[in-house]
Amino acid sequence: MIVVENLHRHFGGFRAVDGASLKIETGSITGLIGPNGAGKTTLFNVVAGRLPPTSGRVVMDGEDITGMAPHELFAKGLLRTFQIAHEFGSMTVRENLMMVPAAQSGESLWNACFRRGAVAAEEKRLRDKADEVLEFLTISHLADQRASNISGGQKKLLELGRTMMVDAKIVFLDEVGAGVNRTLLNTIGDAIVRLNKERGYTFCVIEHDMDFIARLCNPVICMAEGKVLAQGTVEEVKNDERVIEAYLGTGLKNKVKEEAAHG
Amino acid sequence: MDFLNALVALLNFVVIPGVAYGSQLALGALGVTLIFGVLRFSNFAHGDTMAFGTAIVIMFTWLFQSWGISFGPLPTALLALPFGIAATAALVLATDAGIYKFYRRQKAAPIILVIVSAGVMFVMNGLVRLIIGVEERNFTDGARFLLDGNTFKAATGLAEPLVIKTTVAVTVVVAVICVAALFWFLQKTRTGKSMRAFSDNEDLALLSGINPDRVVQVTWIIAAALAVIAGTLYGLDKSFRPFVYFQLLLPVFAAAVVGGLGSPLGAIAGGYIVALSEVVLTYAWKKVATYVLPDSLAPDGLMQLLSTDYKVAVSFSILIIVLLFMPTGIFKGK
Ligand SMILES: Nc1ncnc2c1ncn2[C@@H]1O[C@H](COP(=O)(O)OP(=O)(O)O)[C@@H](O)[C@H]1O
Ligand SMILES: [Mg+2]
Repeated sequence: MIVVENLHRHFGGFRAVDGASLKIETGSITGLIGPNGAGKTTLFNVVAGRLPPTSGRVVMDGEDITGMAPHELFAKGLLRTFQIAHEFGSMTVRENLMMVPAAQSGESLWNACFRRGAVAAEEKRLRDKADEVLEFLTISHLADQRASNISGGQKKLLELGRTMMVDAKIVFLDEVGAGVNRTLLNTIGDAIVRLNKERGYTFCVIEHDMDFIARLCNPVICMAEGKVLAQGTVEEVKNDERVIEAYLGTGLKNKVKEEAAHG
Repeated sequence: MDFLNALVALLNFVVIPGVAYGSQLALGALGVTLIFGVLRFSNFAHGDTMAFGTAIVIMFTWLFQSWGISFGPLPTALLALPFGIAATAALVLATDAGIYKFYRRQKAAPIILVIVSAGVMFVMNGLVRLIIGVEERNFTDGARFLLDGNTFKAATGLAEPLVIKTTVAVTVVVAVICVAALFWFLQKTRTGKSMRAFSDNEDLALLSGINPDRVVQVTWIIAAALAVIAGTLYGLDKSFRPFVYFQLLLPVFAAAVVGGLGSPLGAIAGGYIVALSEVVLTYAWKKVATYVLPDSLAPDGLMQLLSTDYKVAVSFSILIIVLLFMPTGIFKGK
């Protein structure tokens, strides 16, 4: 379980995350929604150790993990994906996956030089694992492509694939569906459900597609202006006054901005 | 015969020195490019890192010589190399822990790190002078030639001698071994792949569980080793003077930039491009020309495009041309 307590992250005077508190129950697929600029990505960045918080705490299974480095959180089974997919552009898709599991026997130079057999066996295990993940995600045909050459949606799948290379406990997915077509989105949705059911992954998913959220997530948390507005089932959150207002509010603001820009 | 003589002269005065110097620059540029790739700043202290390492190598060479230890026909300095590398690695790791780490924590902009490295450069510069003084040092020993001019002339009957100095042969062999080992390391070992991954996309590397401190340390150690080897080979081939090493920074940077900062292959290509340009532009072509041209066209002058005093200008011009027309270098660096 992840508990976020009164988290703040300010940029200069701007409060991107402004006292957010929330819980992510173990075994859940928790949805995180909210209008653009609500602070969802910033919250992920703080929880996953990419940005230090201005104040507040993050606790994972009773342990304070506030401000830990990403690779330390990785070792604890906390992983995340990026809103804009990242990849090692100079490597193939399979090599991208094979980069993931840290601390194996190939890690030391001694082993690399003198225990070639063990390292080769490890490589093979990794390779098989990567191929299995690619198969699961239905992108086996991309294995030997350079990762910089695949489509945006496929990169999203690759991001999800990275989290499958190890036994993650909790995975934070930032807009997995952005720029992904329907078929691919369904593949991603199926993969998330299966990982949750079969391998016990906990997920926290940021997504704008409400159908996707409705299909996968319970509970759903809605953020706006750096604060948590509401939490509950999809239906409850959708019908919450403040949530409607937050979405409408920005809708109206955007409309006004647009008109100002055009007029 | 004249044609063969011209060819030998070309080999002797342009190709061989160019390749030797190019190998030295390539090793230096590899260090610059690795630091740039992983730590994301241009390390101005690299020339003085070369100087520091070479100074330590020279001290150990003297020590070994005083003990009567030698390496047969090869320079004793090769035996001293591991000690120079160890001392230099310790120095750069200490510098990193004491200085650069602080700025990394602050997520300082690359330009800040560049300026910090310039500060480190001045300190190292002073340190080197303190340790070994400012005079010129020749520390080459062992056999002077692999192939000497008279043997060559006697064997071939040509008027032009072909000379291969031991230091040149050692430079090329050592450079080939280093480059092969480095590429094996980067391509095949887990740590090497982590370095590439880190250089490619730091955020993603961190998320893949790669320990940044370890990657940074390994990078410093490798860069230090390459710097000491490059500096020692250069010193064996020419001589050692702290000031000259400070000036070497320019061609080393030009090489790294020509090839594309962050690209190891580029650094090697860049090393040879810069070295050969320097040699070709500052060589007096009169000798070669006299062999190939008929007497009526024999040149009066030296046919030297640039005086050797201006050889630094060659690197500088290359640097500027590349930055203006091909800012990412030939191998598409950053
Ligand atoms: N590094 C940063 N520096 C300054 N402002 C930032 C930074 N990152 C995010 N912001 C601002 O914080 C707000 C929240 O952004 P973000 O967390 O990306 O929102 P969301 O993911 O909910 O759309 C936005 O107004 C954004 O401009
Ligand atoms: Mg976002």
